[in-house]
Amino acid sequence: MIAELGLACLWMAGALALLQLVSGALALTSRGRELAGIVRPVAVAQGLLCGVAFICLIALFLRTDLSVKLIATNSHSLKPFIYKLAGTWGNHEGSMLLWVTVMALAGAFIAAVERRLRDDTMLATLAGQAFVSIGFYAFLLLSSNPFERLAEPVPEGQGLNPLLQDIGLAFHPPTLYLGYVGLSIAFSFAIGALVTSDVGPAFARAMRPWVLGAWIFLTVGITAGSYWAYYELGWGGWWFWDPVENASLMPWLAATALLHSSSVLATRNALRAWTVMLAVVAFSMSMIGTFLVRSGILTSVHAFAVDPERGSFILALLVIYIGGALVLFAIRARTITEGARFAVTSRESALVVNNVMLSAILGIVLLGTLYPLLTEAFGEKVSVGPPYFDPVGAIFFIPMLLAMGVGPLLHWRNDRLGRITGKIAIPALLIGAVLLGLALFAPSLFTPSFKLLPFIGMGLAVGLAVASVMPLIGRNLRRTPLPTWGMVVAHLGIAVSLFGVATDSAFSTEKLVASRVGQSHVVGPWTITLKNVEPIAGPNWTALEATMAASYDGGKPKIVAPQARNFTSPPTVTSESALLTRWNGQLYAVLGEEADDGRWQLRLWWKPFVPMIWYGGLLIGLGGLLSLIGRVARDMKRSRAEEKIADRRERQGR
Amino acid sequence: MTIANPLKAKHQRLILLVIALVVLIGAGLLAAWALRSQASYFYLPADIQADPPEVGVAVRLGGMVQQGSLRTAADGVTIDFVVEDDKARTPVRFSGITPALFVEGSGVVAEGRMVEGGVFVADNLLAKHDEKYVPREMADMTKAREAVAQKR
Amino acid sequence: MSQEIKSKRSGLWLWLPLALFAGFFVLVMTGLLSPADRNVASTMIGKPLPQFDLRPAVPDRPGIATAQLADGKPRLLNVFASWCIPCIAEAPQLEAWARQGVPIDGIAIRDRTEDVQRFLSANGNPYKRIGADDLSAVQLSIGSSGVPETFVIDGKGIIRHQHIGDIRAEDIPKLIEKLREAGQ
Repeated sequence: MIAELGLACLWMAGALALLQLVSGALALTSRGRELAGIVRPVAVAQGLLCGVAFICLIALFLRTDLSVKLIATNSHSLKPFIYKLAGTWGNHEGSMLLWVTVMALAGAFIAAVERRLRDDTMLATLAGQAFVSIGFYAFLLLSSNPFERLAEPVPEGQGLNPLLQDIGLAFHPPTLYLGYVGLSIAFSFAIGALVTSDVGPAFARAMRPWVLGAWIFLTVGITAGSYWAYYELGWGGWWFWDPVENASLMPWLAATALLHSSSVLATRNALRAWTVMLAVVAFSMSMIGTFLVRSGILTSVHAFAVDPERGSFILALLVIYIGGALVLFAIRARTITEGARFAVTSRESALVVNNVMLSAILGIVLLGTLYPLLTEAFGEKVSVGPPYFDPVGAIFFIPMLLAMGVGPLLHWRNDRLGRITGKIAIPALLIGAVLLGLALFAPSLFTPSFKLLPFIGMGLAVGLAVASVMPLIGRNLRRTPLPTWGMVVAHLGIAVSLFGVATDSAFSTEKLVASRVGQSHVVGPWTITLKNVEPIAGPNWTALEATMAASYDGGKPKIVAPQARNFTSPPTVTSESALLTRWNGQLYAVLGEEADDGRWQLRLWWKPFVPMIWYGGLLIGLGGLLSLIGRVARDMKRSRAEEKIADRRERQGR
Repeated sequence: MTIANPLKAKHQRLILLVIALVVLIGAGLLAAWALRSQASYFYLPADIQADPPEVGVAVRLGGMVQQGSLRTAADGVTIDFVVEDDKARTPVRFSGITPALFVEGSGVVAEGRMVEGGVFVADNLLAKHDEKYVPREMADMTKAREAVAQKR
Repeated sequence: MSQEIKSKRSGLWLWLPLALFAGFFVLVMTGLLSPADRNVASTMIGKPLPQFDLRPAVPDRPGIATAQLADGKPRLLNVFASWCIPCIAEAPQLEAWARQGVPIDGIAIRDRTEDVQRFLSANGNPYKRIGADDLSAVQLSIGSSGVPETFVIDGKGIIRHQHIGDIRAEDIPKLIEKLREAGQ
């Protein structure tokens, strides 16, 4: 019953999307003007129906309804509640439904709430949103139906991949999807603005909160995913330049550029064509990412079951949407007149540097991700990893960081570097001091090989942390607008993250041993004693757990307990690493196998300041949130003031 | 306060376009060059024998773990084994915790480099296997169940 | 005049993003149309079965030892599991062959007795012997990397053919031919 209800709602939502497209498009013509009134309500109804369909799928998973094929292949009655819930989106069809639902709800939300745009631009935007949704509805209903039934219910499900049975990972996909698909709104806004030639500050101000919202979710999603990989995969690494990771990074890079660019457009009416282009590129990256991950043309540990037929379907959608948007851009961009001028030394210029560098990094990541595909066409099998991404990315990342330090201190339109030398001097001196200090007191950075990037990274991070709070100096802190606080916090987050990355690369120490029970080992400032290895069991797993006493610098020992776990359905072995976090870093412990002579394999790391990587990520997201709240509050105040004025005028009979 | 040069003002869009293009094309060229030199190539033991990679260059080696070749060193965490295909064999050394189901006779992909003496030192082992094999065009499961029910 | 030329020049660049996307599309199409061969073929073809001795997976069928598979008669060795869905799809074909007298032995990987019993009662039991391979060790040692897979073993215990995936109508002639070859 629930499955049929869900499917019916999904079909109805698809039909409404079609209606939204047709009525929105016709309402733009002179003859179809009466249709304008129904577009917003249709968009809201579409969103709600799609939401109901998604709730139906969640209900099916929570009840472990084994007569539905998706639940039979992906769930298990013994799975804990929270993972049954997460199972809804832990598979191809469910995550596709999540994608479509977020799109529909986002469209509904704009339709209900957005009042700042010109009427015709609004209609074109909603029509654009519907246009993109229809393709994905078709994909879902025709080739990836999540509600498909089995002729006979199976006695038991096949369970989720145990690698996915984890709280962090349970909520990682929805966060990311809110980000990816939230960018579809920017895409629709761009289409709307191109169609009605309405690219200006109003367009940027309307689009900006939506981009901010999507960007915050992407930031948090990527940070969470990285932390999950770090403690789940058991190698101590936190970013592998895996195609699926890159698929989430590329929209983030585009969205960050778009965020900064739309700021320029909103404030100074410059960079118009560029902002529209970025809005198209950002969601295009989301779609390309989805395609790369689901089509199976790139292998990855994250990829869903491979299906080139589905890949072709999505590729066709990409051609229609991205190709169509780029053609629209090429034709209509000429009607976008030049924006306001600015000097070489100005905040706009710094933002141009930021944008161009981010776009370069985006190109670099895209090329690196696609390169294996290119060589495979010529018969070679290659893999591209950190030796390419790290140095080439750094070449463009460093100038961007410098612009980030200096830009917020510059005035709009025209400024002199001489005016701010005082403010830049302090961070610059700090960078020099840190680099000098490292050169003198950290020989490990230079032998056996020169760790250049971590060396530069640590210096830059400290300097940037100070530079990011500089805009607050000399201001009345209580009267500083929230968006400014947001900028400061977000930039500070980047510096904090960079510090964590650099110190981890530079100063991590590792110990790999086969240990007897009772033996002690030294890793960095820690002394670790293996106390015991014994079997334990959980709700759907059994494991061997090693209990170790870890003492920092001779202090009181704490217990660390890594496990080697066996799941029953589907049968898999995973390693659960154990972490001990201090203010200055993390102890990371992994248990391996037992050797014939009774010794246990242990791998131990001391990673100084590594949690900063993810605290930094959260700070970046927090900065975005502060900015978003600030702008929404300002907009609401303004619209309330405008309403009061209009009200007063009416009462005065004007 | 200096006012922007009026000539520059008219061409601002063009200048921005040129800067963006120069940086992006530069990035593209840099990427292409770096990819050629930094991409990690995939070798079978036969390839290593015929055309070995330079010592120290990061590559990947794939093949089957030869039966009876797995030895654990005295330190308890280093293993030596032989990766083979139907034409050749390559000795491999790995220090670390082996992935689950890494056994003799199974397929493996090792990431690492060749060292002096013709031994491949692996930094990472990826045991190659699928526990749930999903064929590409899977026949409809309902039909299969019907066929079984009919046969009874 | 210079403004016209400038706008014409920048006009051409407006098509660059589309051109780049077209390039991406071409690259990806070649990738999709010639998908990498993901079948891991056994290098054990032509080699004898490795030595193993598996305990019975269910009470009413004996387990398998390598020596028993070299008794002079060619047979099929089917690697399956109760949790494997395509195994259900090929079950009728295996049963049909069993009824025609083809010897079929099974290896149940990473399974539990009750689950295997349930699977066999729902889908039929064509196997003369079923070995329980709890850790997939034997599966991997014969060069199998997934389920279901079916091997043709000749009378001397040598692996003659490997079929990856469930057995479909179009696969039957080849398997029969290989079985016949193995008998010669």
